[in-house]
Amino acid sequence: MAAALAAYQAGVKDILLIERDQYLGGILNQCIHPGFGLHHFKTDLTGPEYADRFIKQVAAAQEIEVSLRSFVVRLTADRELTYLKPGGMVTLQPRALIMATGCRERTREMIHIAGTRPAGIFPAGLAQKMVNIEGWLPGKEIVVIGSGDIGLIMARRFTLEGARVKAVVEIQKESRGLVRNVVQCLEDFQIPLYLNHRVALIHGRDRVEKVTVENNETKETFELTCDTVLVSVGLIPENELIEQAGSPDPAKPNLPGLFVCGNSLKVYDLVDNVTRDSQKAGEAAAEYLKNA
Amino acid sequence: MYDVLIIGGGVTGAAIARELSRYRLKIALLEKETELAFGVSKSNSGIIHPGTQNPPDSLKGKFCVLGNLLTREIAKELGVDFKEVGELIVIFNEADRPRLQQIKAEGERLGVPRLRIVERAWLREHEPNLNPDALAALYAPTAGIISPYRWVYALAENAARNGVKIFLGHKVTGITPEPGNRRLNVSVSRTEEPRRSVSGSEVTFRARFVINCAGLYADEVARLAGIDDLTIKPRKGEEFLLDKKREHLVNHIIFPLPTPTTKGILVIKTSDGNPMIGPTAEEVADKEDRSTSDAGLQKVLAATRQLVPSLSENDIIAYFAGLRPVAGKDFIIRHEAKVPGLITVAGIQSPGLTAGPAIALLVVELLKKHGLWPHRKLSFQHYRPKTTHLFSLPVTHLPFLLEQDPTYGEIVCRCEMVSAREVRDAIKRGARTLDGIKFRTRAQAGRCHGGFCTTRIMKIMIEELKLKPTEITKRGPGSNVIVESRE
Repeated sequence: MAAALAAYQAGVKDILLIERDQYLGGILNQCIHPGFGLHHFKTDLTGPEYADRFIKQVAAAQEIEVSLRSFVVRLTADRELTYLKPGGMVTLQPRALIMATGCRERTREMIHIAGTRPAGIFPAGLAQKMVNIEGWLPGKEIVVIGSGDIGLIMARRFTLEGARVKAVVEIQKESRGLVRNVVQCLEDFQIPLYLNHRVALIHGRDRVEKVTVENNETKETFELTCDTVLVSVGLIPENELIEQAGSPDPAKPNLPGLFVCGNSLKVYDLVDNVTRDSQKAGEAAAEYLKNA
Repeated sequence: MYDVLIIGGGVTGAAIARELSRYRLKIALLEKETELAFGVSKSNSGIIHPGTQNPPDSLKGKFCVLGNLLTREIAKELGVDFKEVGELIVIFNEADRPRLQQIKAEGERLGVPRLRIVERAWLREHEPNLNPDALAALYAPTAGIISPYRWVYALAENAARNGVKIFLGHKVTGITPEPGNRRLNVSVSRTEEPRRSVSGSEVTFRARFVINCAGLYADEVARLAGIDDLTIKPRKGEEFLLDKKREHLVNHIIFPLPTPTTKGILVIKTSDGNPMIGPTAEEVADKEDRSTSDAGLQKVLAATRQLVPSLSENDIIAYFAGLRPVAGKDFIIRHEAKVPGLITVAGIQSPGLTAGPAIALLVVELLKKHGLWPHRKLSFQHYRPKTTHLFSLPVTHLPFLLEQDPTYGEIVCRCEMVSAREVRDAIKRGARTLDGIKFRTRAQAGRCHGGFCTTRIMKIMIEELKLKPTEITKRGPGSNVIVESRE
């Protein structure tokens, strides 16, 4: 939305915004905690509030057309784009294309965690969506693997929902999340953070029953009973479409008229920085169209 | 009262059910899990073996060669993709050449067609990522790949269409011959009742013949009938799936020289496109131990890097372990004289997936030999319409589908491009769990592992199966996905 608005303000009047979900705002909609907008709006907002400010601006800019529930299935090197939406398939070739496709979570599968594969293992973002959007509680006794921000925030969120968070286990010597999240989400709720430890085994046949935690240096182990494991081990830019279009390095797409911004370029800690980055992409696209 | 009762809904049970459904018989199939193929079959590598690497006079060898032929035929009838990719058994030392020639000779004696030894120059040309130190290989062009679970589901769907009754969540607890009557009474505990009715209730099935193809539990089922000379030892195999981006890592299935107990650790092509590496082979005590280990990963990586050096740990996107039901060196397929009417089909480990349709033919012969003379059905339906998968269709074909049903355009799984319509189809065909939907559609099987699609699939399940959110399971009772719903 920030890229579309920036391009619009720079004089581009023929803009299509394609979103695969049924509403704009992306992952912000499930981030109901505060901490958004301190830089950009100089005020503390929740994720949905932050998104809403942009949704209103997009709605006011009448030349920005929005297509929801629209899923891009193909992108070629000359920017021919095909997307599906319920009941239709559209192919078009915009003069400039901005990719603001965000990032996805690394999964348990990408970092081999030995043991069984029962129900109860969730990427932290999926658990966040279940709790905050669907009103579903995934479990009652939680162990979080990895101290990424989503994991830290979900440790607090689960505690507030009446679940017991047994521990956050981080393989590195320092938390990989923001300091404010370590303090506000763990310390304030007396949730133990095991640095320099790893979950060596997940146990349980049908549902998670416990995990074995190992100290990286001493190799000493202990067990934690739990019914749920949240995995928060980092984010990776989502840019399979750019790869499909034939650019091996999505960070430097060598395709004319193609711009990449926000978390799909590199993963940011703060949404305010994503916005700033996306505005630059919108302006750059407008500039490109003037010269093209 | 049934003519034939089949215990076990894996590939063997499903292939037997489909073969028997050609005849005018009353048939039932009992499966203790919530869905078919949830035992041994779900972790199968999906290789349709050519018949090599089996002892010359074994049932394994004979049924593998015949099964390879039959599978192609039946897969065509049932709309299941079978791809003939061929396999290479690779050697690195001149000293191993006699062993390779021996495997070739043994294969030829079994009737494996078109075997030949290929040399380094051929390997360079046809398998460029293979370790350049590879000296020669036995090339078996008739090896193929199939999706093991889609194969089981297709066989079972077709069997059901031809009259076989399938009972899921039905665990056999007793087998007793009826005194003075050649009938077997099979008592069953229903581990999973249709909702809102009594759970755990016992029922009895009467049948003239009972076929025990209970996989890992075939020995326990046999013991219920008083047969105690059977022991199934689980042999664990850990497998690691690679990203679809590495689809063309290899062009054939790549084997090392086999050892006496296993075909070794391989680089496998799969029908879904993701290459797979593994499996390990380790005897375990627990028939439910499907855990993977760090040691298993290292072992598989070391072994397969020897074959394909460019293989990287970073390419791994999923891993799992399966258990082979081992009952000695060969399959055990026999009529139990001690319990007339009981047929044992046990120890169906590799090449069991390939052998399934051939085993089914032998079972028909055994039934005839022991007093069942069935008539062929004139109304037998050979065919099953192919299921639709967006990911396997060219983009230009999609508008036709969208015209048929707009929900083909409602993408539920972003990594594998699965639509709401495909998920609903899977449920109509029998999927009851998240894993059942994954196996049929590939939704949740991609690189984000359900991060995007899980809640979307759950909502479709709630609607189609009339479930509460808390009742949705990953793979049956006890594997509920969430514990509380506060809608």
